Amino acid sequence: MTSALIETYDLTKQFGDLVAVDNVSLRVEAGEVLALLGPNGAGKTTTIRMLASILRPTRGRALIKGFDTVEEPIEVRRSIGFLTEHHGLYTRMRSHEYLAFFGSTHGLPPSVIEQRTNELLDLYGLSDAKRLRLGQFSKGMRQKLALVRALLHDPAVLLLDEPTSAMDPASAHLVRESIRNIRSSKRAIVVCTHNLYEAEELADSIAIIRRGQIIAHDTPKMLKRRLLGEPIMELRLVDRLDGVMKYLPSELEPMEMGENWLRYRVSHPDRVNPKVLYAMAQAGVQVITLSEVERSLEDVYLQVVGENTSLEGEL
Amino acid sequence: MVVDRTLETLNGTLIIARREIQDHLRDWRILMPIMILTLFFPMLMNFTAQQAMDFVTRYGAPIIGERLVPFLLMIVGFFPISISLVIALESFAGERERLSLEPLLATPLTDGQLYLGKMIASLVPPLGAAYLGIFVYLLGLVLKTGWRPEPQLLIQILALTTVQAIVMVSGAVVISSQTTSVRAANLLASFIIVPVAELIILESMVMFWGRYQVLWWIVLVLVLIALVFGRMGLRLFNREQLLGNEFDTIDLRWVLRKFWVAFTGGATTLIEWYRDIFTRSLPLIKVAALLTIGLFYVAYSVGYQSAETFTLPPEYVDIGQYNQGLESQFRYFGFFTGQTWRWIVLNNVRALLLATLLGAFTLGVLAEILLMVPIGIIGYFAGNVALAGGDKLKFLTALVLPHAVLEIPMAVIACATILRLGMAVLSVPKGESLSEGWIKALGEWARVGLGLVLPLLLAAAAVEVFITPRVAMSLLGG
Repeated sequence: MTSALIETYDLTKQFGDLVAVDNVSLRVEAGEVLALLGPNGAGKTTTIRMLASILRPTRGRALIKGFDTVEEPIEVRRSIGFLTEHHGLYTRMRSHEYLAFFGSTHGLPPSVIEQRTNELLDLYGLSDAKRLRLGQFSKGMRQKLALVRALLHDPAVLLLDEPTSAMDPASAHLVRESIRNIRSSKRAIVVCTHNLYEAEELADSIAIIRRGQIIAHDTPKMLKRRLLGEPIMELRLVDRLDGVMKYLPSELEPMEMGENWLRYRVSHPDRVNPKVLYAMAQAGVQVITLSEVERSLEDVYLQVVGENTSLEGEL
Repeated sequence: MVVDRTLETLNGTLIIARREIQDHLRDWRILMPIMILTLFFPMLMNFTAQQAMDFVTRYGAPIIGERLVPFLLMIVGFFPISISLVIALESFAGERERLSLEPLLATPLTDGQLYLGKMIASLVPPLGAAYLGIFVYLLGLVLKTGWRPEPQLLIQILALTTVQAIVMVSGAVVISSQTTSVRAANLLASFIIVPVAELIILESMVMFWGRYQVLWWIVLVLVLIALVFGRMGLRLFNREQLLGNEFDTIDLRWVLRKFWVAFTGGATTLIEWYRDIFTRSLPLIKVAALLTIGLFYVAYSVGYQSAETFTLPPEYVDIGQYNQGLESQFRYFGFFTGQTWRWIVLNNVRALLLATLLGAFTLGVLAEILLMVPIGIIGYFAGNVALAGGDKLKFLTALVLPHAVLEIPMAVIACATILRLGMAVLSVPKGESLSEGWIKALGEWARVGLGLVLPLLLAAAAVEVFITPRVAMSLLGG
C-alpha cells in the first residue's frame, strides 16, 4: 500500500448552526488526482481550506504528508501548493517579483526561485509577459501565474480550488492543459470543481460532495457503473434488424431497438461482445459498429446531487 | 536556538514588509500626499512660522513665536504619519477585498510574521516621510531664522511622532483585521482618529504652556498603549476569521445566544448556576480582584495623605462633637427609611453601570479610577480626623465599617469583573473573535453582577441605612 499524502478522518466544520463539512474521510495517494465535485456551497472550498490549514476543523482531523493541519500548520503549508478560487494577484507587481515574494515565504533561496521562475514561466508561456504588471495580464494568464505560484516550491500536495471558474473556454482549456501537465507520481492533487467535464478529464477519482457530505467516491468509470448500471452496448447493422435476433447469444437481452440497431446491457462486455460479433459474422450480417453507449458524468452527478435523493442510501 | 527562531521570525516579517512597502511606493495615491507633506508642507510651515514670529515680535509677544515654532515642528511630523492610518486600515481589509488574502494566508508564514510585517509596512513610509519633513522644516528654519531646537526637544518630537504612528498603526491593524471591508475599517477608524485628535490638542496645550517635560509622560503612556494594541492585535489575529468574516450586519440572535451561554454557564438549575459563580466565576477574577484591592489601598493612602495638603477645619471633623443630636441628624438625612435605601441602591447601581460603561472601553482603567474615588474620600476624611486629633479607627468603625464589610467586597468583585470585561479585548481565547470574546466576558459580568454584586449591594445599602447609624450613635453618641 502506497502512503497517502492527504488523509482526512471525519473532518467536520461547523459555522454556527451550519454544518459546512460533515464527517468527510478521504485518502489521496501520491500520483493521484481527486476531484471534489459538488454544487456551489456544497463544502468544497471549506474542505480545501481545512486541508490548507487556513480553517480549523470543528471535529475530525486532516493530515498532509503526515503533518496534522491543526498541530503542524507551518509544515502543512510548506507541503502544499494552493491555487485559490480567486487568483488574488498583486496587480502592481511583475511576475518575477510576485513569484520571488511567494518563493521567499517558502524559504527558497533566491537562486532556486530564479531558476524555478524561469522554468515555470517558460512552461506556461508567460516568459514574454515579464515586463507587464500583473494588472495588465489577461484572465487566463493570471490563472496560469497563480498556478505557477502554487507550483513554485514543488509541493507534494496541490490543492486547486475551482481552477477554471468564470473563465472563457479557451482560457479554461489552457488551464486544464496546465493541470494535466503537473501530474506526477510524487504528487497528490485535489481539484475542487463543479465542472463535470473538468472532473472527468482531470481526475483519477471523484468525490461528490453535497451539503458537506461525501455522497459518492470512486473512479469516474466505477461511479457510472455503480450509479447508472452496467455498460450499455449498441450494435448497428448495415441492413434491417429483422431476422437477426435469432442469431444473437441467448444471454443477451435487448433494451431498445431501432430499424437497424439495438442496445443491450452487459456486465462483461469482454466475454459477450466477441460472441455477438462472431454470431453476426457466422450469419453473414454486416456490422457497422459495436460500441459502448457513452454515458456522461452529468447523468451520474444529476442522479446523485439532483432532486432524487433516494440513491444516497445506497451509496 | 532562540536567536535562530528570532531571526527566522524577523526574516518572514521583513518579507511581508518589503513587499508591502514596495507596493505602497508604487501607489500614487499614497506617494503624492507623502511627497506633498514631506516637501511642500514643511516649507509652508517655515513661512508660517516666520510670519507669525515677525508678527508677534512686532507687538512685544515673542514668547508666542517661541512656542509656535516647536509646535509646528510637531505638526510637520504628525501630518505625514496620519497617512500610516490609511495604509494600516487597508492592510488586511484591503487584501481581503482584492481577494489576495487567501494565497497569503496559505503561505508558511506565522500569524506574528504576517501581523508584524503589515505593521512595519504601514509604519515605514509615513515615518520616513515624517522624519524627512521635520528635517526640511528645521533646515528652512536654520537657514532663514537661525533657530535651532534644543536636542531634548528634538528627541521628544521624534519620539512623539514615532510612538504616535505606532499607536495609530497598531490600532488600525487591529481594526483592519477585524472588519470585512475597507469601508467598515474606515468607519471604525474614528475610534482612533478622535482620541488622537484629542491627544494632539493636549500636546499643543502642553507645548504652548511650555511644560515640555510632560511630553515624556505622554510618550510613556503612548508606548504602553502601543504595547497593549500590539498584544491585542497578535492575540486577535486569526487566519480563519480573516477569511471567514463574510458579514458585518448585527446578528442579534447570535449575540443573545452567546451571551446566554456565558451567563448561564451551561447550568440547568439555579443552585448549579449559583454554585458556578463561586467555583468558576470568582476564580477567574482572582488576579483582577487582588489588583483592585491593591488599588483601593493606594486610593485610601492617597486620600489619607492628601488631608495634609487640603486640611479641613478641625471643627468639621471633630467626631467628639456628635452627641445626643446624632439621631436627629441621621433622620434629617433620611436614614432609617426605605426611601433612602432605594436611593442608595439606585445610586450605587448607577455608579456601577457607569463604571462598566467607562471600563468596557478603557481596558477597565476608568472603572478602577471611578470606584477608587469613594475609597480615596474615606481616606481623606480619616486623615482629617487624625489631623484634628480624633480617633480615626473610631470614625471608620462607626460610620464606615458596618456597611463596608459588605460594600467593599462588593466593590472589589464588581471592579474586578469590569476590569476583566475591559481586558477581554486583550485576552480573547485563540480562535475566537473579538466580539465573541467580549460577549462572553459580558455574560460573565452579568452573571457575577446579578448573582453576587447586586445582593451584596442591596444588603450593604440596608446596613448603611438601618444599622450603620445605630452603630454610629452607640459609638459616637456619647
